[in-house]
Amino acid sequence: MANTEFDQFRGSADYVADDALRNSVNVSMALRRPLLVRGEPGTGKTLLAHSIARGLGKRLITWNIKSTTKAQDGLYVYDTVQRLNDSRFGDRDVSDIRYYIKLGKLGQAFISSEQVVLLIDEVDKADLEFPNDLLNELDEMSFFIPETNETITAVHRPIVVITSNAEKELPDAFLRRCIFHFIEFPDPARMEEIVKVHFPDIQNNLLGEALKAFYVLRGVDEFRKKPSTAELIDWIRALIAGGIPHDRIFKEIPFVGTLLKKETDYDFFVTRHQGRRRPNSRADAYRMLY
Amino acid sequence: MFIDFFYTLKKRKVPVSITEWMALMDALSRGLISNLDEFYYLARAILVKSEAYYDQYDVAFQEYFKGIEAPAEISEKILEWLKDPINRMTLTDEEKALFDMMDFDELLREFEKRLAEQTEQHDGGNYWIGRGGRSPFGHSGSHPAGIRIGGESRGRGAIQIAQERRFRNYRSDLTLDVRQVKMALRRLRELSRIGPEDELDLEETIDATAKNAGDIELCWTRSRRNTVKLLLLMDVGGSMVPHAEVCSQLFSAAHSESHFKDFQYFYFHNCIYDNLYRDIERQGEISTEQLLRTLEPEYKVILVGDATMAVQELTEKYGAIYYYQRNDTPGIIWLKRIAEHFTHCVWLNPETEYSWNHPTVLIIGKLFPMFHLTLDGLGEAVRKLNVRR
Repeated sequence: MANTEFDQFRGSADYVADDALRNSVNVSMALRRPLLVRGEPGTGKTLLAHSIARGLGKRLITWNIKSTTKAQDGLYVYDTVQRLNDSRFGDRDVSDIRYYIKLGKLGQAFISSEQVVLLIDEVDKADLEFPNDLLNELDEMSFFIPETNETITAVHRPIVVITSNAEKELPDAFLRRCIFHFIEFPDPARMEEIVKVHFPDIQNNLLGEALKAFYVLRGVDEFRKKPSTAELIDWIRALIAGGIPHDRIFKEIPFVGTLLKKETDYDFFVTRHQGRRRPNSRADAYRMLY
Repeated sequence: MFIDFFYTLKKRKVPVSITEWMALMDALSRGLISNLDEFYYLARAILVKSEAYYDQYDVAFQEYFKGIEAPAEISEKILEWLKDPINRMTLTDEEKALFDMMDFDELLREFEKRLAEQTEQHDGGNYWIGRGGRSPFGHSGSHPAGIRIGGESRGRGAIQIAQERRFRNYRSDLTLDVRQVKMALRRLRELSRIGPEDELDLEETIDATAKNAGDIELCWTRSRRNTVKLLLLMDVGGSMVPHAEVCSQLFSAAHSESHFKDFQYFYFHNCIYDNLYRDIERQGEISTEQLLRTLEPEYKVILVGDATMAVQELTEKYGAIYYYQRNDTPGIIWLKRIAEHFTHCVWLNPETEYSWNHPTVLIIGKLFPMFHLTLDGLGEAVRKLNVRR
């Protein structure tokens, strides 16, 4: 791409981004719209924001969304109880209300003196109305605090990355304002690249065997939760730490517990792959795991 | 520009809006892309907001850009060439003016046209596509023995990606799984304040504290809970056997969804008559009348069935498919009673809309709003359940 102003994000040393993803990031920056990232768990949605921050040399502010998070929490919190308490015991001068207004993550991103990357992680965890409540703030990059009669406006428009696990559908009005990217599950060639970023001096035969086993497991449709990139990385770490010779990997699939996290999947694997009955006792299961 | 593409997307049921389309135009006018591959990703990122529509997008893209299948890579070269000011200098003033006028897709169309006219290799000249000429198209290449305007291929072009249709599996109008059904059902909710008082009522607290001359007094209120009660009535056996899987998914989603205040489910066969059953083997009878007596009208009712049967099975006395059922009241009356008793009912039909021409489907469709049992249909049904008739 010729336009250098546009082509800002090129991935970072520790994160492998394909063309489509790089494009989406750059488009969202150029159009100054939030980037909404979706994908299977463990495909590196959250890490993308870290990578953007590192790649562009900007500070990252993370706002982790929980089921109880309200849009207001991201803007500011007026600590009434503290003020009430202070007034009651006369600890502090309570006449200045600004003392009790604490900015949330979005507010912090706005007042930062340099441009920051704001990660709104797992936006779908919150209440259904949550994204709608943030529409205006994200559009205009400003909000009003009635208590102090102040308007907080973004000094520099933050680069906003929003991740979602598709647990809830997001409102249309919110989607319309976003740039959307779906992170596909990487193919073996790209996966090799990704693993090498994490383990630069991994032996080729170990990597090859591990990937072979991994994609065979991925191909089993009966699994309720298929192993993903994050699990593969963990597994390889375990393989290296355990000093497992590469010729045993595909045959035995050691430490399968790091790849399969659901009991039913594990049972299925044990009966099918190893041709054994479901382990009867806990000790039995333990032995097979390690 | 490309406005037909917008309508192609609309036709393919990709939900695109003018806002997004304007954003795409904005991006294009800033020169953010230089070839069709990038256009594919750019347009997808801006216009499509769920992987569920990636497949429809691919289909629409293929349909609209079909004519320029091969040149995806060539056009990139052309643009690169055009951007180089040195190349520009070789053009006549007339041609320069032409370039400033033409936009990208016009250029491509022009290229296509000339490509179609040309039948032999061509060097020099100022119209045909070839080497060393002053024609807008390319600097080295031959035709028809394989078109290439220099440079190496950058992997698969957008059209090829679109043709692969890798995102078919993500379409929401085709697949249903338990988790998705749960998500759809989760929208069934009505919040009201019930249960123990465990939430701080700030307003009340401030009021009480003020009245108390500043001595803090805490007041509590009940937190908001979902008050929706759900009744699921499912047709089993017979013509429903092919749909057993999708029905069981719906059932397990509703069953494991703990956010309903109450969840009741019963089975019936073919049509609802005097009795409903507790399980698939039709054990544990409960009379339909008792059900109507014991369940309050505010239960939201989802009926699942293909609604396809012989007409007399629906409308006649003793019409039940099993002789021993000996129903004194025709099925249609029972259905009507259910529709009248409960204020919110929907009928989910696992058969596609094409087969809804059957007389009994039409009759039942008049009693209950009927939806296709897909994720989209379920979403609409839930929306219907949320509003009062």
